[in-house]
Amino acid sequence: MQKPSIRKYTKSKIIVSYTAVLLLLGLAIALGISVGSIPIPLFHVVQILGAKLFHYPVPASIDSSIVNIVMEIRFPRVILAMLVGCSLALAGTAFQGLLKNPLADPYTLGVSSGSALGAVAVLFFGIQLPVLGNFTLPVVSIITGFLTLVGVIYFARLVQRSLAVETIILAGILSSSFIGALTSLLIALTGDELRQIIGWLLGSVSMRGWPYVQLITPFLAAGLIILLASARELNALSFGRQDARSIGVDVKKHTSLVLFGASLLTGSAVAVSGTIGFVGLVIPHMARMIWGVDHRHLLPLSTILGGVFLVLVDLIARTIISPTELPIGVLTAIIGSPIFAVIFIRYRRRKVTT
Amino acid sequence: MIQIQQLTGGYDGKPVVKDLSFSIEKGKITGIIGPNGSGKTTLMKMINGMLSPQSGEILIKGIPVSSYSAKDLARIIAVLPQHAESSFDFTVREVVALGRYPFYKGLLKQSSPKDEEMVQRSMEFTGVQHFAEKSIQSLSGGERQRVLLAKALAQEPEILLLDEPTNHLDLSYQMKLMDLLKDWVQGCQLTVVAILHDLNIASLYCDQVLLLDGGKEKAIGKPGDIMDSNLLEGVYDTKLSRQEHPQKPKPLIALVPAEREEQKKIEDIKLQASNESMVFRSPYFLKTMSSALIGGGFGWANTFVNRHVDRNYNCDDAHSEYEAYLRSLPVNPNETVGMMTAARLEDAGVVSIEKEGIKLLAAATSGTSNAVDAAQSWQRKAGSVAVGTINIWLFLEGQLTDEAFVQAMMTATEAKASALRDYEIKDPISGTMATGTSTDSLCIASTQQGKRMSYAGTITPMGKAIGHAVYQTVGKAIENYRKRMPRS
Repeated sequence: MQKPSIRKYTKSKIIVSYTAVLLLLGLAIALGISVGSIPIPLFHVVQILGAKLFHYPVPASIDSSIVNIVMEIRFPRVILAMLVGCSLALAGTAFQGLLKNPLADPYTLGVSSGSALGAVAVLFFGIQLPVLGNFTLPVVSIITGFLTLVGVIYFARLVQRSLAVETIILAGILSSSFIGALTSLLIALTGDELRQIIGWLLGSVSMRGWPYVQLITPFLAAGLIILLASARELNALSFGRQDARSIGVDVKKHTSLVLFGASLLTGSAVAVSGTIGFVGLVIPHMARMIWGVDHRHLLPLSTILGGVFLVLVDLIARTIISPTELPIGVLTAIIGSPIFAVIFIRYRRRKVTT
Repeated sequence: MIQIQQLTGGYDGKPVVKDLSFSIEKGKITGIIGPNGSGKTTLMKMINGMLSPQSGEILIKGIPVSSYSAKDLARIIAVLPQHAESSFDFTVREVVALGRYPFYKGLLKQSSPKDEEMVQRSMEFTGVQHFAEKSIQSLSGGERQRVLLAKALAQEPEILLLDEPTNHLDLSYQMKLMDLLKDWVQGCQLTVVAILHDLNIASLYCDQVLLLDGGKEKAIGKPGDIMDSNLLEGVYDTKLSRQEHPQKPKPLIALVPAEREEQKKIEDIKLQASNESMVFRSPYFLKTMSSALIGGGFGWANTFVNRHVDRNYNCDDAHSEYEAYLRSLPVNPNETVGMMTAARLEDAGVVSIEKEGIKLLAAATSGTSNAVDAAQSWQRKAGSVAVGTINIWLFLEGQLTDEAFVQAMMTATEAKASALRDYEIKDPISGTMATGTSTDSLCIASTQQGKRMSYAGTITPMGKAIGHAVYQTVGKAIENYRKRMPRS
């Protein structure tokens, strides 16, 4: 008698979780559009978005300049923040599951730096590859990010075959500093517009507009599908490769898939917004605390939660010391670093006691 | 079920397992034992398909391991790892459900009601269903091991591989886990291959044991054949001693610690006698075999008590009463061999012999009013017990095997019967020569040091000395008794 009730409970719990987090996302988006140098009432935001979405005329009571601000500046910005947040959180969740490492995140693994190097090269040399066109930027970012990731894991394995948590993070830090130095060298050689480049490197979603939204969307969709298809394998892999192998997981195939999917996400996010750290660290951690560890739900739920998080952080970044805008990456680092420290301490303590 | 043919394999081109050939039958527990670095885990990894052999072949159900896909292999073989740790807080149910992975179908890997049922059943089988929703990290080592076993069970395997399954478990969990496995093997025709560190667990639970040494097969066979002191001592380079299990027809291996032993001399055994008791105290332990009330059977003791009791002594629980008496002396009953007699202790005969390299001390107390001819004792009515006991103590210097103990006992008994005959002690009921009394006791205590003796029959120097000493002491005791109480 007990069994069905438990299952019913968990099933309804899942529905409640998804509904709640989606509502939260809607609220965050509306807030993100509403708050700014020119405050726009929430009600108007809903009216404008509804009208644009369902193709009926915007009520005449709303000024057309307001409609413009919403549709051309704030809405794309908020959506971009959301998509970047989703990508980074999803990539972080996948990295953590695959490497059984609660401290892994695109930033701490050095993947973001790798992608940034690729992006800086494309942006400041004005490279455009044939066929790819506008997609040169994200594709190069993804490739350099992926190569960095493979390099980091290969190096960590050289140091220690078992791939301990600390070893991977150290390898990530090492590659971050090395690649960061290369990026600085590149910038120094190009000379001008230093402040702007550094602002970009620190991460920002401002003044990007719809083209950037179009740039990241397909990669997020592809990454989500690839990772969701490996959700059960991620559950198995978080007990170790040998263990996963012994229950029948094709470890090589799924490891490659997950690394590829997470690189897609990281590379495209960095390409449109620069390096925004710790989102992929904080969000999966929160999501696991709320919803548990089963990756079949953890992956989509932390994706949405990542979107909510970055929309809100962006909101704070542009309002806290207005009219000046804080780079969003600065704020995520301020929030993320202490959380990293807390997770690290708890992880070590638990390891010592068990 | 599993055939291994000329298997060689290892890491980085260096073979760890060398030219192994053996087969494992369905429905049996096979134990792999051997010292560290003997290739146990490497062999296991190759059976599991985790490591490819350098040469040779492993056939699972007649098909080479390498031709199975990971999923197909997982439907046949499940592994219980030494320890599986995740950095995340999975619930017990989630962990067990991982075992169903090879059965999920389609791209989305949907679970079926049968999957759910198997998860539930395996949790019930290992008794972890009560904490199904708890986090695995909140469990104790033993509980966690059971969860992992449930996960392996959920795989519905035909073969279960275990890598030191009892390693981190306390005694009761070790036994429970192995009992559970045994049950399952018998009930479901499961085949189990286990790396075992504990030789006694291997002996008690395995149908077949493979002993590896330096990556090669040293021996394979039934535990009774493999658990051989000489064989194992050679492989493990440690002093070991084989014993038979007191309750099961399986051998046990006892470890023998290497320690510097002091010289054990019979002269150091001191006798303290009073009207109430004769106490032999030794500064060291002696290995004993006796029929005594306290410390009977084989054992080790450093105190030997022959206690005088009143002829009307009657106690329902003589054993407890005697222990209480020993504690009052004070003497530790666990280190003592204790006998009782109604005979007067001052009549005791004590003899020590030293010749042909044999040293022994013998003592006896005799009360013969209850003399019996063993051959005629069938004529007696049950319960017609009079008072009178012959207690014999023998202290020997030497290293006696178990069989030598038994022979010493035979020799001593024969010498006692001979003494009774020569002193013309008769069985009052049959009128024939008595061979003893109805409540006689004997204790043989040996230093287990020095000369090794496999025999103590009447032809051996030790047997001769025992026969001589027992004959003399029993005779002396009878003489003393007669002197004090002239024949009526």
